[in-house]
Amino acid sequence: MAATADTLERENKLEGIGCKRKRKEDGRFIQGKGSYVDDVKLPGMLFADFVRSPHAHARIKSIRKERALALPGVHAVLTADDLKPLNLHWMPTLAGDTQAVLADEKVAFQMQEVAMVVADDRYIAADATELVEVEYEELPAIVDPHKAMDADAPVIREDIAGKAEAGQGKREHPNHIFSWEVGDKDGTDRAFEAAEVTVAQEMVNQRVHPCPLETCGCVASFDKARGELTVYITSQAPHVVRTVVSMLSGVPESKVRIISPDIGGGFGNKVGVYPGYVVAIVASIVLGRPVKWIEDRTENLSTTAFARDYHMVGELAADKDGRIKAMRVNVLADHGAFNAHAQPTKWPAGFFSVCTGSYDIPYAHARVNGVYTNKAPGGVAYRCSFRVTEAVYVIERMIDVLAQKLGMDPAEIRLRNFVKKEQFPYQSALDWEYDSGDYETALRKVMEAVDYPALRKEQAEKRSRGELMGIGLCTFTEIVGAGPSKACDILGVGMFDSAEIRVHPTGSVIARMGTITQGQGHQTTYAQIIASELGIPSEEIQIEEGDTSTAPYGLGTYGSRSTPVGGAATAVAARKIRDKARKIAAHLLEVSENDLDWEVDRFKVKGVPGQEKTMKEVAWAAYNNVPEGMEMGLEAVDYYDPPNFTYPFGAYLCVVDIDKHTGETKVRRFYALDDCGTRINPMIIEGQIHGGLNEAFAVAMGQQLVFDEAGNILGNTLMDYFLPTFVETPHWELDHTVTPSPHHPIGAKGVAESPHVGGIPCFSNAVNDAFAHLGVTHVDMPHSAYNVWKTVHRLGLDKPSAA
Amino acid sequence: MIPGKFEYHAPETLADAVALLGQYGEDGKVLAGGHSLLPMMKLRFAEPAHLIDLNRIKDLRGVRDGGNKVLIGAMTVENDLIAADLLWAKCPLVPEAAKQIADPQVRNRGTIGGDVCHGDPGNDHPAIMIAVDATFVVVGPEGERKLPANGFYLGTYWTQLEESEVLTEIQIPAFNDNTGWAYHKLKRKTGDWATAASAVVLELDGDVCSRVNIALTNVGPTALKAEEAEAVLAGQVVDENLIEQAAQKAMAICDPAEDLRGDVEYKTHMAGEMTRRAIRQAVQRARG
Ligand SMILES: Cc1cc2nc3c(=O)[nH]c(=O)nc-3n(C[C@H](O)[C@H](O)[C@H](O)COP(=O)(O)OP(=O)(O)OC[C@H]3O[C@@H](n4cnc5c(N)ncnc54)[C@H](O)[C@@H]3O)c2cc1C
Repeated sequence: MAATADTLERENKLEGIGCKRKRKEDGRFIQGKGSYVDDVKLPGMLFADFVRSPHAHARIKSIRKERALALPGVHAVLTADDLKPLNLHWMPTLAGDTQAVLADEKVAFQMQEVAMVVADDRYIAADATELVEVEYEELPAIVDPHKAMDADAPVIREDIAGKAEAGQGKREHPNHIFSWEVGDKDGTDRAFEAAEVTVAQEMVNQRVHPCPLETCGCVASFDKARGELTVYITSQAPHVVRTVVSMLSGVPESKVRIISPDIGGGFGNKVGVYPGYVVAIVASIVLGRPVKWIEDRTENLSTTAFARDYHMVGELAADKDGRIKAMRVNVLADHGAFNAHAQPTKWPAGFFSVCTGSYDIPYAHARVNGVYTNKAPGGVAYRCSFRVTEAVYVIERMIDVLAQKLGMDPAEIRLRNFVKKEQFPYQSALDWEYDSGDYETALRKVMEAVDYPALRKEQAEKRSRGELMGIGLCTFTEIVGAGPSKACDILGVGMFDSAEIRVHPTGSVIARMGTITQGQGHQTTYAQIIASELGIPSEEIQIEEGDTSTAPYGLGTYGSRSTPVGGAATAVAARKIRDKARKIAAHLLEVSENDLDWEVDRFKVKGVPGQEKTMKEVAWAAYNNVPEGMEMGLEAVDYYDPPNFTYPFGAYLCVVDIDKHTGETKVRRFYALDDCGTRINPMIIEGQIHGGLNEAFAVAMGQQLVFDEAGNILGNTLMDYFLPTFVETPHWELDHTVTPSPHHPIGAKGVAESPHVGGIPCFSNAVNDAFAHLGVTHVDMPHSAYNVWKTVHRLGLDKPSAA
Repeated sequence: MIPGKFEYHAPETLADAVALLGQYGEDGKVLAGGHSLLPMMKLRFAEPAHLIDLNRIKDLRGVRDGGNKVLIGAMTVENDLIAADLLWAKCPLVPEAAKQIADPQVRNRGTIGGDVCHGDPGNDHPAIMIAVDATFVVVGPEGERKLPANGFYLGTYWTQLEESEVLTEIQIPAFNDNTGWAYHKLKRKTGDWATAASAVVLELDGDVCSRVNIALTNVGPTALKAEEAEAVLAGQVVDENLIEQAAQKAMAICDPAEDLRGDVEYKTHMAGEMTRRAIRQAVQRARG
């Protein structure tokens, strides 16, 4: 059917899929009218604050609360001994381990929660924490994960010292958590033996923190008369939190209400359940008053979930022409003192096995060993799908290392190894089925846009003059949208997601999802999907998430799962409504359903101009004039269990210039081409890509949680922890191709994490490339001026001009 | 991140402020912009029982022309230094350095007086004040004293200022036509203190360097005056060779504390590099 001016105009009015409409949420955010957990004020509310451990590893000899309790305004001081009778001094983690809610006999990381003070206001609470007297006996700490499994290593987890496993398979040492491996080991070994060329490289994905602008916190409110518990919480997964809270507290799930209000960024930091939430809930139940607990910045950086800390050895085997024959990766994963990473339960290393990347590698084998150290627990997916940043980093760095060894251009080696367009759906050596992709087109488009040969020529000239210029490429593939419930669950709950849509008599819509927005713009994006599916303007579609009493159960928002899973549920639920609407329209027009065509916002009788019913007319009829035997109303629910993950991809290029005398790296150019399938709101996509690139820049160039030898955490304030402002941030040039997902109802793949995942190796490859001609194969992130200078200085490149 | 208990006082006159300081002795602390003091109080590294806020004392604010001197009130905030035409005309190093301090929010409240009195080796104004030969006017119960910036700093958080004294004014000799200046500061990001920085003020007589001050930030317990580096240049025609020698002399006096900005070696080298760059630019500017 040819689009007429009329249909086009009607379509534009919907502001549906493909429209760059402004975000619905921005009106309140830019006016400072958002409502966050710390804005919640309930009558009689008390404030909680933690007494935290000054030591990384110590035995607690005694805790004296008398002086704190004597301070006027203090209501309670809770310790592990107080939680013991409730069996809440330990809690299960998402990874099958247990975590001390309040330190039980010993502390295992600096700033661990030892006692919680509850007082009339946060000032009294802060004063009172200083009056709790804790006596410690210091123990030697393990900071370096490589030493965790030494024969004489101090045992960090005495509570499970004798156990053969800690929730994720066999352990070989009291500080060992799990060993996980995938792939054809023998085939891989044979391919390495037979290979013409092999390379191996150690590299670290340093411990970082997602550092959302809003820290974690909650307000727990137990209504004794009703037996109902309401918790306002900064959670990326409110429904899962409700299940966990119900299991822990014994309050029936129907009497627990979790509300995630506006959230100021999560990036993986707000997936798990933290001791602060549990103790605030207990305190509210015990005291019968609402209790608020809000972290400060230093607590956030020091104690609630970190990311990465993967110590890897990557290996590639190839022929002389650079065709990769096999890949091997060995990882030592530092999980801190408790195994509280947030991954689907059966995946101790997340989806790390996507590490063969965008390349057709016949054999691969990966092994990950998790160990305990005296650091905060975590290991979450920081703006990425589970362990995908680590996976993409190792392959994207290794392919450059291989190119360097072969004297081959990094673009050329990628082109030779890409999975070809015709190979999709593609089965990877480590058992993933990539849904769709066109990697070569993407890379060639980038190379053309930046005039790649000219850049390499400029670099050669600069090198001959002793200047340092680097060009980094990254052609990544992500795996997002966890996930098919046969593969993925959290504590036994399959990783589906949900949407419930109601069309009101006047044709406006309210829809609720099991996901929760934290800056992604769901209130706009989901409305656009429904607008296109139902022919109702997105402006008239209200989206609500985050309240477990109103929204359908869902697994939440992380790992770019909202569009692939929640977005699919939304489209399918909308289609159920449209199917019913078609029946009503046929009834109203007195024709058969098959005689109707759907056109933008209405059903039209085929071949009879003027005979039509708009969705709005149908909505009205749904409440007063439906076909005989049909229920009134116009609503639908869908619980969507995706048949597969989606595999967004991209081709990035970065150009850096390095100041030889200071080590400062200037990002001169960053060109990012993303393919996330169908593009719902191109403006939101661009915003998300900017954000993800900023965070990639942050990780690659500066972020790191640093510890001294005693396990003291250093740099846990924003003076040291690098959050780039617009002053530091490079200019981003964006581009895209569109390769829809064949299995997603609207072909969309998820995008907001790609720039983080793809950006990090791109920056790192650029910095490493600046030294490649000098025989340097790899230097670790973060590429801060100080670290880069160490390389410059070691190579003697920083000689002053007059020396 | 919550300070301990304290009483807050907001005197309207300098005399009242000095009297309050005298009354509370070591329990009292003057509050200016609060951008160094309040963070320390929030971490409970400082727990003064009495805060005496100088913000209501209008006389302490502003930049005035003192003929061959510029007079800067201690309570003048960084952004007002940057906006002061008089400073750009007579002593441009001060606003140029102010632009490199912290971020716009901090510069909107933070004062030059607080910056020089705090005694933090990471602060930028101490080296600048030494480089421009500033004099500090301080008032206490016994009256007024004038102290040269060079020699004011005794150690980290330790200056010649007595507990009961308030810095009221900073006096800076106006630059001459043949004065060249520069401040080169290496920092990790906006809002950061210097990894190392170097302030240079010099005068050229023809091609000969007739006067030179070099001072370094954050590479020792206080701002450091690099006198041996100055001696390399004084009375000489400055060329790359001499610049290198001066940089080496500047590096020789560095005694930085290792932190996440870098180790001793890196910071020392950066002090050298900042000094090279500052001298080059100062010479260029002196040539006009
Ligand atoms: C994020 C951030 C980044 C920063 N970066 C930099 C930087 O790059 N470079 C830099 O130089 N500074 C930096 N600072 C510090 C900032 O410039 C402070 O404003 C300054 O150090 C102190 O000035 P103040 O007016 O805020 O003083 P306050 O914090 O109020 O006082 C500081 C100290 O000086 C004393 N004092 C203040 N005024 C007087 C007076 N008139 N007489 C006697 N004693 C007085 C106070 O009692 C106190 O001990 C930064 C601060 C922040 C928060």
